[in-house]
Parts: sequence; structure tokens; C-alpha cells
Amino acid sequence: MNPAYRRYHPKWYRARMPIFWWLRRVSYFRFIARELTSVFVAYAGVLLLVQVRSVAAGPEALARFTGWLQLPPVAALHVVVLLALLFHTITWLHLAPRAMVVRLGGRRVPDVAVLLGHYGAWLAASALVVWVVVR
Amino acid sequence: MSGRRLREPGLWLLFSAGGTLAALFLPALVMVLWVAPSVGWLTPPVHETLAAVAGGVLGRLFLTALIVLALYHWAHRFRYTLYDGLQLYHLNQLIAGLTYGVATVLSVAAAVVVWR
Amino acid sequence: MPETVTLEVRRYRPEEETEPTWQRYQVPFRREWMVLDALNHIKDHQDGTLSFRWSCRMGVCGSCGMMVNGDPRLTCATYLETLLPGPVRVEPLRGFPVIRDLVGDLTDFLTKLKRVQPWIVRQTEGPPAQGEYRQTPDQLAAYRPYAMCINCMLCYSACPIYELEPSFLGPAVIALAQRYNLDSRDQGREARMEVLSEHDGIWACTFVGECSAVCPKHVDPAGAIQRYKLEAVVAWAKGLVLPRSGT
Repeated sequence: MNPAYRRYHPKWYRARMPIFWWLRRVSYFRFIARELTSVFVAYAGVLLLVQVRSVAAGPEALARFTGWLQLPPVAALHVVVLLALLFHTITWLHLAPRAMVVRLGGRRVPDVAVLLGHYGAWLAASALVVWVVVR
Repeated sequence: MSGRRLREPGLWLLFSAGGTLAALFLPALVMVLWVAPSVGWLTPPVHETLAAVAGGVLGRLFLTALIVLALYHWAHRFRYTLYDGLQLYHLNQLIAGLTYGVATVLSVAAAVVVWR
Repeated sequence: MPETVTLEVRRYRPEEETEPTWQRYQVPFRREWMVLDALNHIKDHQDGTLSFRWSCRMGVCGSCGMMVNGDPRLTCATYLETLLPGPVRVEPLRGFPVIRDLVGDLTDFLTKLKRVQPWIVRQTEGPPAQGEYRQTPDQLAAYRPYAMCINCMLCYSACPIYELEPSFLGPAVIALAQRYNLDSRDQGREARMEVLSEHDGIWACTFVGECSAVCPKHVDPAGAIQRYKLEAVVAWAKGLVLPRSGT
């Protein structure tokens, strides 16, 4: 049989993928939500840059920035940003161990241990941030 | 190797590094810098502390790495989300250009602001 | 326990219709029956024209994959009892062109599978007197999960990327390539990297992870793909630093 002929056989039925395919299953929706956290990552990066700029401009500029942060809608937005970033972190930490096989002394480290190691790293990084900023 | 094949691993590496840095550092940063001071859990950080961090070499390196990689993480991931999520295959070149372009422009801005 | 269960089966008869239709069947309910048993009952007693693939009826041949209530399942491994009260919707595996009724065309997968050379590739053969290539249990464990793949294609049905871009190599193909890459007896890593590093190879994957979620053999193709991405990045980085070792 000629494979090329079969591929373009006119009578086979090919279903169309709907534009809202990601609403079809909960797991697909969770996937898209997970991917969209990247927007919040970018937002945090840019706002961090803006804050660095205001710090460089002096205490008054920083005070203005802090005042803006304290406006209720802005504070609410940043709570949402924080939640999205937590979602990013938790999904990322759970995905990362699947991409690596860690070997220590010739034996494979169990996935749970790798995951705990990741959470430990997150804890350490967060502690460092808190120590540096809240000193 | 075609140019395409040379780029993909590098872009994925930027995406991964950005995602990891963002995952480890951003929640704490957002909490301590923007959320806790605004809801009254912490007094807002004083100018001296922030200026010391943002002025030291380590702080500058860290901030540059975090901001630049976060931007490239977004660019790569958002590009694929639009590509697959909204099935915009015919706009692939445009979307790739826009996302990586914006990331590059903002990264240059970041380098300038952080190292001034 | 009810006496009967309703099955809603997706029919497609190309000589009669241009679009698939649904057809309902009442099937006796037995506690020990799988969906495949219900389909066989329909074919034997009610409607001989219903077409579907099956073979071993015990979850090792990979023939009987279909969408059951929207999930890709092996019909020989899905108890009717878990789907009560019904109706049970049975459709052909998503992502593949439908030839007839519940039969999809898997040529695309088979073509891609051949491209990754799913066999032991040797650059040099040892002399026969040396005996067989031996493996320690650890070396076997390195690739064994990926060797469990029964080519049932449930992962392709679960993967939204494959449905959106049929040129994507797909989870099973990459997992099977890894099965040989990680086999200590194999020397074909370079050859496979060509195929896997294409844009529609590993890089089209965005780690949705659904493939691993539906795999009846716990192969974890998503993990195989992500691990290969890391490998490919390391190889790429080495190629940058030591250009001599690149192709």
C-alpha cells in the first residue's frame, strides 16, 4: 500500500480542535493557568526594576512609590500577583524533579528527596530575602 | 545544525533559569516589598537598606540576573501559550519577535537602571 | 446493581456519512465486564457492523485504546462498574484521523517511531567470543520504565500539543528514543539527537504532563522528554564551548 495515498484519503474524518480546547478538561485549564503565571513573573520583574529606579532617585521618590503601593487597588493587585507567583513556585518545584535524575554515590536519589531539596532551597532563598530587606 | 536548532536549547535554558530564579525568590520579594508593607504587616523598608542592596555589586548582579531572566522566562512561555492556547500559528514569527523583542528591550533598560 | 448499561458509541461510516454520529446501545451489566466486553457484546449480538481494534484483552498489546467518557483509556482495562450509572460514551482516540467507527489511523505515529531508530544501534560490534553485552540491575533500571511502553497511543490522545500540531514527534516516540539512549548497550545517541532536536521534536513540548497522567504502564513520557531537554541543552552548551565535538 502507498502510505502517501492513505494519508490524503478523502473519506477519513479529522476532527477540528476548538479554540477553547483548554476549557475541555480541568487538567488543560490548570496547565494554561500555570503557563499564564509567566505574565505575573514579568510584571514582578518590571515593577522591581521600577522600584530600583525610584530607590536610585532618592528617598522622596521611594516614598512616592511606597505610597502608590499602599493604594487599596494596588495592594489588592499585588496580593493577586503574590498568589499567582506562589502558584508558579509550587508548580515549578513539583515539575523540576521530573526533569532530573540525581545520583549520589551511585544510587538514584528518590523523587521525594529531590522535591524536599527544592522546597528547602525555596525556604533558604526566601529567608535570605527577608534577612536582607527586613534587617 | 540549522539556526533554529541552535536557538531552541539556549532559549529553553533562559526560560528554565528564569523560572527557577522566579520560583525561588519572587514570592518572598513580593511579600516583603509590596504586600506586607501595604497591608500593615511590616513597616515599609527604609531607603538606606534598599539603596545599600541595590548599590552593592552582589545586589546589582542578583537584580540584573533576576529581572533579565524573569523577562526571558515570560517571553518564551507566553509565546508558546499564545501559539498553542489560541492557535496563532500563522503569527508565530510576529509573536516570537514581539515577546523576545520586548524582553530584550526591557533587559537593556534593566541593565542601565541597575548599574547606573 | 442495574440490569443494563447504555453505551453511546461514536459511529463513522465513510461510505454513508461525512460526519460521525452517535448510536446508543443497551448492554447487559456484569460486574466483571470491561468496556471492551460491552463492545464485543454489541458486535456479537446487536450490531455486527461496529468496528474497533482489540487483541490481548489484558493490557499488554496496546490495541484497544479509545476515549471513554472523554478520557483516553484502554477499554480492556476499564471496568463498566466504575462508569455507572452511564451512559458510557465511547469515541475513537482523539488526535488521529478516523478511518471508521472507533478505528483511528496510526500511520503518523509509526512513521515517527521509525525515525528515532527504536532498536539497539551499535557503532562497533564486539567479537562473538566476548559473549553477550551484560548489564547490571542499575543499568537496566535506568531505562526499564521507558521499555514498558505498549504503543497504545493514549499519551498522544491526551497531549493537546499533538492535537494542535500533528507534526510534533509525540510522547511515546520520545520516550522510546530515550529507552534506547539510556540503554548501556546502545551507541545511537548522536543519530537520534538529530531527529529529537528538531523544532517539532522535544522543543514543541510544553510539559503539560497529561501524557504521563494517562499512561497505563507508568512510562512517564513527560519525564523522559524533560530529561532529554536537559541533555540536549548540555550537549548544546558543550558544542558552544568545544566546537570540535559538535557535528
